[in-house]
Amino acid sequence: MDFGLNENQVILRDSAREFFAGECPMAFVRRAAESATACDLQLWTRLVAQGYTGIIVDEAHGGVGLGIVELVLLMEEAGRALLPGPLLATVAMAGAVLDGCANAAQKRTYLAPIAHGDARSTLAFVEPKSGWDRAALQLTAKNGRLSGEKLFVPDAGAADTIVVVGRDGVYVVDAHAPGVSITPMAGIDLTRKLYAVSLTDAAAEKLDAVAGLDRALDIATTALVAEMVGGMQRTLDITVDYAKTRKQFGKPIGSFQAVQHQCADMYLETESARSAVYYAAVALQEGAADASAAVSIAKLYASDACRTVGNRGIQIHGGMGFTWENDLHLYYRRAKASETMLGDATFHRERLAHAIIDER
Amino acid sequence: MDLTLSPEETRFRDQLRAWLETHAPKNWEHRRDESIEQHFAFLRSWQKTLYDGGWVGISWPREYGGRGASLMQQVLFWQELARVNAPPMANVIGLGMVGPTIIAFGTGAQKARFLPGILSADEIWCQGFSEPNAGSDLAGLQSDGRLDGEDFVVNGQKVWTSYGWAADWCELVVRTDPTVPKHKGLTVMLVDMKSPGIEVRPLRQMTGEAEFTEVFFRDVRVPVENVVGKVNQGWDVSIGTLMHERGTLGAGMQVTYQRNIERLIALSRTIERGGRPAAEDPVVRQKLAQCYAEVQIMRANQMRAFSRISNSGVPGPEGSIQKIFWSELNQRLQQVAQELLGPYGQLDASDPRSIDHGAWSYGYLRSRGNTIEAGTSEIQRNIIGHFVLGLPRSY
Repeated sequence: MDFGLNENQVILRDSAREFFAGECPMAFVRRAAESATACDLQLWTRLVAQGYTGIIVDEAHGGVGLGIVELVLLMEEAGRALLPGPLLATVAMAGAVLDGCANAAQKRTYLAPIAHGDARSTLAFVEPKSGWDRAALQLTAKNGRLSGEKLFVPDAGAADTIVVVGRDGVYVVDAHAPGVSITPMAGIDLTRKLYAVSLTDAAAEKLDAVAGLDRALDIATTALVAEMVGGMQRTLDITVDYAKTRKQFGKPIGSFQAVQHQCADMYLETESARSAVYYAAVALQEGAADASAAVSIAKLYASDACRTVGNRGIQIHGGMGFTWENDLHLYYRRAKASETMLGDATFHRERLAHAIIDER
Repeated sequence: MDLTLSPEETRFRDQLRAWLETHAPKNWEHRRDESIEQHFAFLRSWQKTLYDGGWVGISWPREYGGRGASLMQQVLFWQELARVNAPPMANVIGLGMVGPTIIAFGTGAQKARFLPGILSADEIWCQGFSEPNAGSDLAGLQSDGRLDGEDFVVNGQKVWTSYGWAADWCELVVRTDPTVPKHKGLTVMLVDMKSPGIEVRPLRQMTGEAEFTEVFFRDVRVPVENVVGKVNQGWDVSIGTLMHERGTLGAGMQVTYQRNIERLIALSRTIERGGRPAAEDPVVRQKLAQCYAEVQIMRANQMRAFSRISNSGVPGPEGSIQKIFWSELNQRLQQVAQELLGPYGQLDASDPRSIDHGAWSYGYLRSRGNTIEAGTSEIQRNIIGHFVLGLPRSY
C-alpha cells in the first residue's frame, strides 16, 4: 500500500507540466478563447505526438496503455495550463466510453483513430430536461437512427465523431453526417466551447456493451476533477505570487492574516481535492469496491472547492482580479462550467447518499 | 499509488487480526462510566497487553523497542483496531509526541531510559507547553529554568496539560536564557512528575470533565542530563514535537469519525422527519453524504501525508492541514448529528431519553475545543501561510 507517485508517474507529470508550459502559455490560451472552437490543430498534432490522446488506450489500438492514475496526472497538468480544446472530451469522455463499451471492431473503427490522432471526439449526454441524470434521458434509436437534441456537448465543433448516450444504449455518430447539426451554445467557459447537437434521423452505430458505461463515466468524471485540481493549483499559485508582491500600507498584502488565511484555505481545499481525486483514480484502476463512491466524493468536493478557491483568489487580487486583463477569470469561468459538468456537488452527494444509505 | 497490500502488509494485517480476535476487549464501552482513574487503569492495562504482544510502536525503530515497520503498517494497525472497536491506548502523548521527539533529539541514555516505558505504558507522559500567557505565542512562555550545579531549577506554571493527572513524566519547555530573543532561550527537558515542588490541579472544561490540568512548578530540580537536544535550542525540539502532534493525532480520529458517520446513517433510518425516515429526507441525505465524503477525504489526505513522511522521514508543516481538517470536520459532523437528532441531541447521559447514552451532546460540546487545542485553526493557517506558501510573517 502506497499513496505516493512512482518514478514513471513523476516523470509523466513533470514532462506534461513542461510540455504545457511551453506549448500552452496564457497568450495562447487567450487566442484560442477568441477562436470559434478553441481547438488549435498544430497543438493537437503535438499532443498526439506526446502520446496523450492514446494515454489510456491499449497498445493493440494504437495507445500507450497507461492507467487512470496517469490520466489523472496528465489532466491535472492540462488543467493547470487551462488547456483549451478537446483533450478531455476526446480522450477522457468519448475515449473512456468507447474503451468501456465498444467491441473489438468498433474500437478499431472509433477508438484507434483517437489514439493515432486521426479523429477527435466528444460525448453527448445532457438533454433539455435531463441534466446529468441518466435515468431522465429520452433519446432512443429507431431503425438504427437517432432523432433528438443533446445539449452542453463539449468541443463538438472540433469533433469528427460524437458518442451519444441514449435511453436505450450508447451510439456513435459521424459529426459531419447528414442529420447531425452542431450549433454553438454561449457558455461561460471561453476555453471549452459547448454545443447543441441536433440529430434528425441520423445514422448511428450502437456500441456493443452498455454495461461499461458507468465505469467509463466514472473515469471521465475523475479526469475532469483532476483538471479542476490543476486549475485550483494554478489559481493558488497566481494568488500567492500576487500576495507576496502587491503592497498596501507599506507591506506585502500576504503579510496580513486576513489574506494569509484565505491562501491557507485555498491550499487546504486544493490539496484535499487532489487527495480525493488520486484516491478515486487508484480505486478505479484497481477496481476497488468503493471506486464509484470515491469518484462522487472527489467530484462533490472539487465542485464546491474549485468555486471557493476561485472566489478567494479573485478577492485577494482586489480590483485587479475583476479585470478582463487578469487571467484569473479565465480559470474562474472554467471552474464554474466544470462544477456542473458530469454532475454538480448536489448530484454527487445524492449519488453517494444512495450508495451509503440505501444500498447497505 | 497502490491500494493493494504487499505480501508483508497482508501478513502483518492477518497476524494482527488473529491476535486481536483473542486479545481485544469486547463490550468495554460501558466502562466509560467508571471513574476516570479506574477507566485509565483499564486503558493502561490494554496498552500493556498490546505491548506484550509486540503491537505498540509499530513504526518505531526496532532498536528502540518498536516493530520497525512502515508508516503504512502503522495505518493498518489503526484500521484494524477500529474494525474491532478496540479501546484507545493510555499513553497517547508518549507514543504520538514525546517518543518520536526523544528518538529524533534524545541522547542514547535518554532513549534507553524512557522509550521502553512509553511503549509499555509503565510511564505515562504529559507535555508542558502552554502557559496562561503563552498559548498561540508559545515562544513567549515564561516558565523559568535556572542552572544550579548539575540541575536546572524550574519555576512557573503550565496549563491545558492533557493527562497531567495521570502522568509520571513531562516533556517540559522552559526559558533558560531570558536575555536573548524569545525563540532562542528555550530548553526542552524531561521532568519526573513526582519531583518535589510539582503541584497538579484539575482544569474543568465546558463538558464538565477535567481531561486537562494546570501544573505548577516551585523550585523543581531537573538534572541537566534530562535536557533533550541542546540547552537554548528547545524551540526546534518543540516544533518537532508539535509537527508530530499535527501529523499523527488525526490518524486515530479518522477511525472515530467513520464510526460516528456510520452511526448517524443508522440513526437516520429510525429517526422520523415529516412522517418518514430521516434517511429519505433529501436535505438529511445531502448532509450525511457531505460528512461521509469529508471523512474519506480526511483519510486520503492522511494517506498522502504518510506516503510523504515515509519518503522524507519527518512530518512537515503540511501537517497543519490535517489539524485544520480533522478539527473543523468534527464540528461540522457534530452539528449534522444535532440536526438529525433534533431536540434529543441536547440530552446528556443522565437522561434516560438520551440517544447513545448522551454521546452526541457530549460530542457537540467536546468538538468545540478541537479548533483550539493542539494549535488553533488560526495558528495552523499562519503556519501554512508562512512555512508552506512562503508568505511573509504576519507577526
